[in-house]
Amino acid sequence: MQGMMIARAKELLQNGTVNRVLGWQTGEFVYDITPAVFETAEELDEKFVYNAFCGNNLSKYLVKETKKDGKILVFLKPCDTYSFNQLLTEHRFDREKVYAIGIPCDGKTSGEMVKSKGLSGITGIDEDGDNITVHTIYEDKTFNRDEILEERCRTCKSKKHVAYDELIGEDGEVLDSHRFDMVAKLEAMTPDERFAFWRSQLSKCIRCNACRNVCPACTCEKCVFDNPASGIAQKAAADSFEENMFHIIRAFHVAGRCTDCGECSRVCPQNIPLHLLNRKFIKDIDELYGDYQAGAEVGSRAPLVNYTAEDVEPSIVYHREGK
Amino acid sequence: MPEVNAYKPKIVAFCCNWCSYAGADLAGTNRLNYPADVKIIRVPCSCRVNPMFILRAFQRGADGVILCGCHPGDCHYTTGNYYARRRMTLLFSMLDYLGIEKERTRVEWVSAAEGAKFAATMNDFVSTVAALGENKRLEDLRCKE
Amino acid sequence: MLKISLSKIQDLFAAIAADEALYIPADNAGQPQFMRWQEGLAMTDALNTVRSAKDFFFPQTENLVSFKIQGKSIEIVDPRTETEDFVVFGVRACDVRSFSILDRVFLVDPKDTYYENRRKHGTLVSMACSRPAETCFCHTFGIDAAEPEGDAVCWKTEDSLYIRANTEKGEKLLEKLRPMMEECGDEAVKAQQEKTHEILGKLPLNNFTTEKFDGDVLLKVFNSDKWKSLSEACLGCGTCTFVCPTCQCYDIRDFDTGHGVQRFRCWDSCMYSDFTLMASGNPRTSQLERFRQRFMHKLVYFPANNDGIYGCVGCGRCLSKCPISMNIVKVAKCLEGEL
Repeated sequence: MQGMMIARAKELLQNGTVNRVLGWQTGEFVYDITPAVFETAEELDEKFVYNAFCGNNLSKYLVKETKKDGKILVFLKPCDTYSFNQLLTEHRFDREKVYAIGIPCDGKTSGEMVKSKGLSGITGIDEDGDNITVHTIYEDKTFNRDEILEERCRTCKSKKHVAYDELIGEDGEVLDSHRFDMVAKLEAMTPDERFAFWRSQLSKCIRCNACRNVCPACTCEKCVFDNPASGIAQKAAADSFEENMFHIIRAFHVAGRCTDCGECSRVCPQNIPLHLLNRKFIKDIDELYGDYQAGAEVGSRAPLVNYTAEDVEPSIVYHREGK
Repeated sequence: MPEVNAYKPKIVAFCCNWCSYAGADLAGTNRLNYPADVKIIRVPCSCRVNPMFILRAFQRGADGVILCGCHPGDCHYTTGNYYARRRMTLLFSMLDYLGIEKERTRVEWVSAAEGAKFAATMNDFVSTVAALGENKRLEDLRCKE
Repeated sequence: MLKISLSKIQDLFAAIAADEALYIPADNAGQPQFMRWQEGLAMTDALNTVRSAKDFFFPQTENLVSFKIQGKSIEIVDPRTETEDFVVFGVRACDVRSFSILDRVFLVDPKDTYYENRRKHGTLVSMACSRPAETCFCHTFGIDAAEPEGDAVCWKTEDSLYIRANTEKGEKLLEKLRPMMEECGDEAVKAQQEKTHEILGKLPLNNFTTEKFDGDVLLKVFNSDKWKSLSEACLGCGTCTFVCPTCQCYDIRDFDTGHGVQRFRCWDSCMYSDFTLMASGNPRTSQLERFRQRFMHKLVYFPANNDGIYGCVGCGRCLSKCPISMNIVKVAKCLEGEL
């Protein structure tokens, strides 16, 4: 796959279709992959990589990249194409300046994920079909791919590309995922249990803003939490209230626009399951206002800037059992 | 005999200028009683209220927050309260999801002619919140006296 | 050298906690973090905590002063109270070293009395590493992971915990623990250290060095055209800064409590767009400039002003936590080629 991608990128650079290529580049270790812009065939040969650790969603970089001259080639995994569409819906970048190639994805893992299996001193990884062998200075261990996939990939919602100029490999289908299982489990808890769960999670927050800054739906020029005039730009959560507020408001602001790409949870240095907040909104929207997948098509009207005269009343919150 | 220092909840009521605020006025001119612990904040339309307003009210010490607007279909701006309805439904559901007592938040549609409904709503809401006691789950300790 | 069986480690903790607060690295909702010990809290096996130990002396937020407003009068309230004595147990060699760097910032005149107060009352018990990770590069800065600094230092073997005092403070602590421990030689520790050194030699960053960076290369590094590609993908979040044991920049802000004002300081990040925001505007307008600042500070400015000591201890937190995996090692390796 990586070879085909490099070959095609070189072709498109050479024939002048694009001036730059947005992809992933290798790092010091096997897993520390960085999004990068490549301008020459040599750079591509030297550093371009596509493997099980290329989790970064590249679509948000298009906001910045399309402000520059020329056309950029971007590689999009299926879930990234939803973000791509959502950004287009919100007029956040110039489609004319982008050449999008859809690429298949078997699910991604991460250095953190591998380490969470108790491994340390990672020196290399071999991918062999569904088996992934991790080499460390202490031991070698083989995993089934599913075992070390990130949560968002284990509950993948779609292998289908909803936007692209061309496709490398086969397109997949929208999947019947179990992504709301954990939300339902939380809903079934008592309020006290839910409160305890979220306090233990959100109290870990260090307000690094990684979730916000990586989020393809968070593209405000000036975030309310950075605006000194808002009265809430505190840079740090000085009270548990602020931990709650930051995450509620952030999730609310992307409600109906969040494609559930899962970047927020991936980047969280404290492994707070932030996707569970976004998925709660998605689940509620699906149940109360009809199924809606942000980014599935360009130009669709997000549920929170829409209404029907027959919408349920807010009092439904008191009556929904186990919600 | 009622306790002298009985706990009194602090309630913030966001009322839309065109219906609910006038409804509150009517309750006043009709001399209908509702607890003085309800602090009304007038907003141009129920959809002016964003989730931050609700949270900030709790931060500043509110024990309950109620949003009152025109009945669906009667919005002065035609559709404002339809948007408010979706927003508040999702917000309240999220607060509940975080384990924060859902009874502390409410939306009620009160028209300019419904002075009695306004008073009854406030009486009911205040007693509901009073039963829950102080807001502990969404408080900001720095704002406590 | 004193020794105690690992099966009795909870008794050891109880003895320390009997008259001062004790913090140990433990598991907090899946993440290793320093937590106040109370009966039953077990020490984590993780190599290091997500947040460094700097929190104990330089917390993420702290109140500097409060103003109480009543009518037209303003009362100024100093929130400082005498800090309780506390012990931080299980600090790794890299984190221990970070305090000598922070001291250079906070304990030079004018001294930061908030920091100083906590330093006086805190005792650091370090823990030698036996299973360093690929992200470790403390040896780059002359730190020996198997022989950490600190008031007292521990080595954990399969069945025992060995402890030795380095300072007076450490001696005082050990005096208290002596009755429950047994005197022993250092053979087991020596054996572990030898093994650890062997592993350190196999680490991928074993040969990483920052030697080429000094005050003389300031302009050359500053003007390098590599910064563009290095900072290209930076999200401008504060993860690297906030997990870093040596990052010490902070902001001072006012919080209106409704009945007064709390003036507090909180960690700030040079990666944030409003870090250098002033009344006249912001001199750093691009992420490239902000990104460059962080690494220039650690690799060039700090050593130039501090007898060649780098603003990094090689703990590797930024290597594993950066959302885009861009970090000081990649930056230094890339720029090194220019020098």
